[in-house]
Amino acid sequence: MGNGTSIGRVRGLGSAKSGAHHWLLQRFTAIGNLLLVLWLVVSILMLPNLHYASVIEWIVKPVPATAMALLVISTFWHARLGLQVVVEDYVHEHANKFACIAALNLAAFGGAAFGVFCIIRLALGAHA
Amino acid sequence: MGGVRVADGKGIRKSMAEAGTKKNRPLSPHLQIWRWGPHMLVSILHRVSGSGLAFAGLGLLLWWLGALASGPAAYESFAGWVWADLGTLDWSGTGILTGLVKLILKIVVVGISWSFFTHMSSGLRHFVLDIGAGFELGVNRLGSILAPVAGILLTVAFWAILLLR
Ligand code: HEM
Ligand code: HEM
Repeated sequence: MGNGTSIGRVRGLGSAKSGAHHWLLQRFTAIGNLLLVLWLVVSILMLPNLHYASVIEWIVKPVPATAMALLVISTFWHARLGLQVVVEDYVHEHANKFACIAALNLAAFGGAAFGVFCIIRLALGAHA
Repeated sequence: MGGVRVADGKGIRKSMAEAGTKKNRPLSPHLQIWRWGPHMLVSILHRVSGSGLAFAGLGLLLWWLGALASGPAAYESFAGWVWADLGTLDWSGTGILTGLVKLILKIVVVGISWSFFTHMSSGLRHFVLDIGAGFELGVNRLGSILAPVAGILLTVAFWAILLLR
């Protein structure tokens, strides 16, 4: 960023041209979360109990396993978008902001990958 | 919000118009200066609950899935931590520490459920506002009161069904 002319000071600081897309994705993933987490809440309430055998019997079936994988993707994506806004609101120093967003991306992708991996492993039969 | 109010430093509240000379006006609006309304509460609750869900909620989700994928022993250990049978806790020696952690985890689990239902309610309020509806002062205020109340009621209903079934 230049500090000479007034145009030089503001050049590059305008709209990133991706705000509307971010906003819309936050809504799409919010709808996904709404459906999928409510489904999980109802499923938990309908299980006879939360012991290992009961949960396994339920989660390894194709539809619950697919829905759980989608739930992991939707919630992690939504949380990544949402926390990005929180970081942008409170972390002002450029390098710190960059580090926070980088860490957020790593955590979001890593967490979602781990969750989906666990579900696939369960669904494909690697359990007692 | 029906007239922004400012404090004059002696705890006396005046309207912006009668706030006196330039000298004793606040230099910039400050959090304490605003009269709290339900709109501000619902706004900050949405952020707090969303962030809580992201860290604690998604963390718990992964712990649960990881424990399930690791087998019955890991699942027993997971369940013993997050939803311990309070009667079996041993309050002596290091048991005090693990007992406290298990108590806190119970509060965290209930807190996550409250966060979800509260965030869901204020999220639905966001959807209404997003389509341009609900901006009349009375309706808007009502919605910002209903959202957190619905969050609490849904949380109570969830735990009542889960524990009393
Ligand atoms: C259960 C998993 C969920 C997580 C982890 C989560 C997390 C978050 C986070 C961290 C934010 C950012 C908050 C902020 O900027 O102040 C956010 C925003 C948002 N959430 Fe969620 N959320 C979840 C579920 C939901 C659901 C079910 C809905 C809808 C009913 C929803 C609707 C929204 C909306 C509309 C926003 C954007 C608010 C804005 O533009 O300021 N979320 N969420
Ligand atoms: C009269 C005082 C206030 C004014 C004029 C004000 C104004 C605003 C404005 C213009 C926005 C941006 C809205 C948007 O992104 O669509 C905002 C967002 C926000 N405000 Fe305030 N605010 C006030 C008080 C407060 C208070 C007291 C709190 C909480 C401690 C608060 C918490 C927030 C939060 C968390 C957001 C982001 C939420 C979201 O995107 O949904 N505000 N505020």
